[in-house]
Amino acid sequence: MAVRNLSTQRSLKEMVKTFGLPRIIIVIFLITLWGISMSLEIPFGQLLSDTLVRWGMNGVLVLAMMPSIMAGTGLYFGLPVGIICGLIGGLLAIELNLTGFAAFFGAILFSLPLSAIAGWGYGWMMNRLKGSEMTVATYIGFSFVSLMCIFWAMAPFKSPEMAWPIGRGLRVTISLAGRYEKILNNFLSFSVFGVMIPTGLLLFFLGMCLLVRFFFTTKTGLALKASGENPRFSSSSGVSVDKMRIVGNIFSTILGSIGILVYSQSFGFLQLYTAPLFMGFLAAASILIGGASIKKASITHVLLGTFLFQGLLVVALPVANKVATLGSLAEISRIIVSNGVILYALAQKSGE
Amino acid sequence: MEKSLHNRVPRKPSKERLKSFFVNNLVTILFLVLCLVGLRLSGLSLAFYLNDIVSRVARNTFLVLALLIPVLAGMGLNFAIVLGAMAGQSAIIFVTHWGIGGMGGILLSVAICSPLALFLGYLTGRLLDKARGKEMITSLILGYFANGVYQLFFLILVGTVIPMNNEVLVLSSGVGLRSSIDLSGGLRYAIDDVMRLSFPLFALYCAIGMLVLGTYLLIKARRTGKLEREKHYIVLLVVSLALFVWSLITSLSLSAVNMVRVPLLTMAIIAALCAFTHFFFKTKMGQDLKTVGQDPHIAEVSGINVSKRKIQAIMISTLLAAWGQIIFLQNLGAFSTYGSHEQVGMFAAAAILIGGASVSKATISHALLGTILFHTLFIVSPLAGRNLFGDAQIGEYFRSFVAYGVIAVALGLHAWKKLMQGRKK
Repeated sequence: MAVRNLSTQRSLKEMVKTFGLPRIIIVIFLITLWGISMSLEIPFGQLLSDTLVRWGMNGVLVLAMMPSIMAGTGLYFGLPVGIICGLIGGLLAIELNLTGFAAFFGAILFSLPLSAIAGWGYGWMMNRLKGSEMTVATYIGFSFVSLMCIFWAMAPFKSPEMAWPIGRGLRVTISLAGRYEKILNNFLSFSVFGVMIPTGLLLFFLGMCLLVRFFFTTKTGLALKASGENPRFSSSSGVSVDKMRIVGNIFSTILGSIGILVYSQSFGFLQLYTAPLFMGFLAAASILIGGASIKKASITHVLLGTFLFQGLLVVALPVANKVATLGSLAEISRIIVSNGVILYALAQKSGE
Repeated sequence: MEKSLHNRVPRKPSKERLKSFFVNNLVTILFLVLCLVGLRLSGLSLAFYLNDIVSRVARNTFLVLALLIPVLAGMGLNFAIVLGAMAGQSAIIFVTHWGIGGMGGILLSVAICSPLALFLGYLTGRLLDKARGKEMITSLILGYFANGVYQLFFLILVGTVIPMNNEVLVLSSGVGLRSSIDLSGGLRYAIDDVMRLSFPLFALYCAIGMLVLGTYLLIKARRTGKLEREKHYIVLLVVSLALFVWSLITSLSLSAVNMVRVPLLTMAIIAALCAFTHFFFKTKMGQDLKTVGQDPHIAEVSGINVSKRKIQAIMISTLLAAWGQIIFLQNLGAFSTYGSHEQVGMFAAAAILIGGASVSKATISHALLGTILFHTLFIVSPLAGRNLFGDAQIGEYFRSFVAYGVIAVALGLHAWKKLMQGRKK
């Protein structure tokens, strides 16, 4: 009897361990909130549509975490670097007066060389910072954001949509209405049972996931994975670990720049200045909620984590509003959940 | 024996010594130049600058000093002093709510925040001990996390779970605190105003103190035969003599510098903390921490409880940060309820790094010099930005770029050096 008790206890413990404590808490929390929202007669279809939209719009940014983790450089806290490259691409597309799909893909195209160069430089730096990548990366990201603030305030863009009417520099938020606002969201979108499906957005997101998945089956991808998992073994079998780490960071930066364009077209605005500062933490929290660690990540972690985290954020706001008319509760829970999850991952022994 | 040992060490040629001095103090020297250029561009008068810098140094130095002990223990920069600052700030909020002002209010705040800070410090220490090797990023994220909890407490729970009837502090809905709190008529300047002295007089007393100390050290060095230190003490004496002459002349003149008032008690508290830290390093606990910082394995083998010592280091640091935040806020006079503590860790870290500290080595003089330089930049950069670009905002962006950038560069250089050393082995 006692033995059986012990074994069930152990298997329960193991289950918790494999599934991850934060994930369990968040799933329970999400289901509870969904329950409450239904009892408060908040339309569930609306909630689900919002969750789907935010799943797709944040997904690529979360995906950007993956190559960096796989290459062994930890969570990609340099995400603001990629985001800024994407923003520059987005601005160039407006400056050249592009609209529609041409503008969106043009923006991606413009940002590609920038993010490749930035990612290379970033990866080069990471190779000189082995062992303290994440701390330094955070501050590199922060200082890059503030440096770009100076750039935005002095940038020579002419388009009246972007520049302040008086003086110089760019606006804080730049509307994409009439440019490429919701261009992916609205592509082939339809609704079932009151749930809007943003087909184009989801297709794009899943397409990017497939692309990453494909990358990890190529020779370079496999080498990258190996060098992240066991640097000594791979360097002894002829793989240049440093080079692979750079490749991983270039890939992460490119995904980051595409990610912010996907995000912006759905949001309807390009957010400049200090907006990118904390996006890296949110994306990191998402992939960790999905079950990734600072050493290991997969596409499933990205898909699941983003869905859980965004689902939680979407449902938290109306519930908090109905229960206590406290709008700030949603923001606070976002801060606590995202940072709590990152802390949990950092404190794990396995993550070393 | 000792003397002959010192004499045998070959001295590097002076050119090389100069070069290594520049390389080792690159960040500080760069900053000194930046501050001087900024000071020139801002067009500030000396009196105005002194007034600002004195109040900023009095306000911030304690918080910067709170970083020292965890560095000694090899835990890097403790960005989680934010938690200590929160404890101090919460205490101030409650004392303000009860309407207790003056020195009594300050002492009550200290009494309230100390157990809270020790408790938070204990939890922080436990967490950082678990995240060995990733202490800094963990402490940074912990600061953000704790900020969420702080907001939950003061924005949601106050008025719903915790009753607080106060029209001045609480929002009109009855739930949550207003976004800014005014301490005037209460705790404002409660420490600063106990005694103030004009800047030249303050400098005069400092110069006299330094002269006495310098002479004592010089005589002691002569007696024990530590000749290589003699030079430093002579430099100290010359500098303090110059300061003595300058302050004497200024205090007798009609210069506007005489209008700058130095908060004496605040400065005395900071001096006391410097002395405490200095002697702490020599105690058993300080030596243990040093061993832990140099090599945790050796420390473990020689019977030191590494985890316990690390947790204690963080507890002291958090407690000091709580007190530091009280000093900070009473000088500020009015503060943002949800923002004043947020960047405490980052600003303190930037200051100490600018002063020449690294992740593994930080001294009291690094903290003092860094605070002065960092806050000089704070004062001059918006003005310099306006004069140079016609936009004060650009100066502000530049300021935060520098704060973040300095941390990135200093941490980066340190990691790189460590990597190169590891390769050489």
